[in-house]
Amino acid sequence: MSTVKPPENASSLEPDRGTILSGFLFGCGIAASMIDLFIFHLALHWHHFYDLSTTEVALTVDGFFHAFGWFITIWGLFLLADVRRRAEVVWARWTGAVLAGVGLFQLLDGVLNHKILGIHQIRYNVDLLLYDVVWIGSAVIVLLLGAFVLWRTRHARARV
Amino acid sequence: MADPPCPGTRVMDHLNHGAASSGPLSWPASDVVILVVLTAAASGYGMALWVARERGRWPVHRALFWYLGLMAAGAGLVGPVAEAAHSSFTAHMTGHLLLGMIAPVLLVLAGPITVGLRALPVPAAKALARMLRSPLVRVAAHPVTALVLNGGGLWALYATDLYPLMHASPVIHALVHAHILLAGYVFAASLVGVDPNPHPTSMRLRSAVLIVFIAVHSILAKWLYANPPAGVEEADARIGAQLMYYGGDAVDVMLIVLLFAGWYSATWRRHSTDGVKPVRGLRRGARSASPRRPDADGKEPADPGYRWSRQES
Repeated sequence: MSTVKPPENASSLEPDRGTILSGFLFGCGIAASMIDLFIFHLALHWHHFYDLSTTEVALTVDGFFHAFGWFITIWGLFLLADVRRRAEVVWARWTGAVLAGVGLFQLLDGVLNHKILGIHQIRYNVDLLLYDVVWIGSAVIVLLLGAFVLWRTRHARARV
Repeated sequence: MADPPCPGTRVMDHLNHGAASSGPLSWPASDVVILVVLTAAASGYGMALWVARERGRWPVHRALFWYLGLMAAGAGLVGPVAEAAHSSFTAHMTGHLLLGMIAPVLLVLAGPITVGLRALPVPAAKALARMLRSPLVRVAAHPVTALVLNGGGLWALYATDLYPLMHASPVIHALVHAHILLAGYVFAASLVGVDPNPHPTSMRLRSAVLIVFIAVHSILAKWLYANPPAGVEEADARIGAQLMYYGGDAVDVMLIVLLFAGWYSATWRRHSTDGVKPVRGLRRGARSASPRRPDADGKEPADPGYRWSRQES
């Protein structure tokens, strides 16, 4: 994993690192800002807009999660645009990084938000064990899949 | 902390529109003032473009942004939405989105300061540029100051008794709305302004400020969902809070895109010094729209984007 640099220096990243960082940020970002919102809040109605039992700490953490989610989604896309204007993008590597980002975020969300902070549960009034196993298990699978794709394409790096 | 909501006491039931009120301004009079100010802003921009027509083409989309922005502000201040906002929190939030988020971003993208600099005679333009370079403006237009004024104003409005007070007094009402529009404008200008900025701040700082603002806005929206302002009914507060959350999100995403669009073209300019041609680039009207005018020292700086700055960044 490359270290996250501020956007000012991002343009000096060499193209392959830019590709990976872009995919990773975009993956984390869509998991944070879109997957949760569109699938679980709006389509399935599994999560509430706001649990009345939410603590103030959880509310604050959730607010920052939310802000970072949108920010890194768009940052990732602009980084991709920046790589594209300087080199040929290796799409397989970008896709691998997106998968790794989605997996890592869902893992964080499933462990930190649902279990430790208790911001919201996946669903209400059901036995949560199965849901938690599926959520965290699928996150690990997606994360490993992304890592595998990145490992397989390690020789196909973007060149200027 | 807000008082517990007291169902049954509606803020505005006893205040009919047009009835005699306690303040020196009555509701219809304040509507007239608002319309006069908006008309002045609309004609001023148009006249400035006419006066400066010799200075080359001004991008049409910027002028369009100005008039759309004034319309958004007008829609939030007078007419059906503003009318309904006296009794409905959801309508109040609709007006707030129009006045405090959508209008400021549009007005900032119209580049009014650049339009003014192009139209004013040289001495007056120099005086304006000097004023923009002053330490006072540096502090007032700093992203962190704008964040505090914007976010703090929101908290003050919804977490104290200001919300019911505002609907009982036309003067407070006018002051709150003026603050919302101005704070929104300064905030948007400090992050994604297209006007020459004598006090540029780093991408890192602007990113941090925007993230904090988005977090505060969404925390406040969810908090309002559970804790309605004094005198607002629960169902009304819940719809209004969700409108604030999702509507605010839409504008916040626009702000992030504009912030990165600025970064994207700025980094390319830094790159292109080594003679590489961009493969793809965003079209930018902002640079070409800068005024063709020497700065206060009488020399033309290289980068029109920072035409009024002391230090070349």
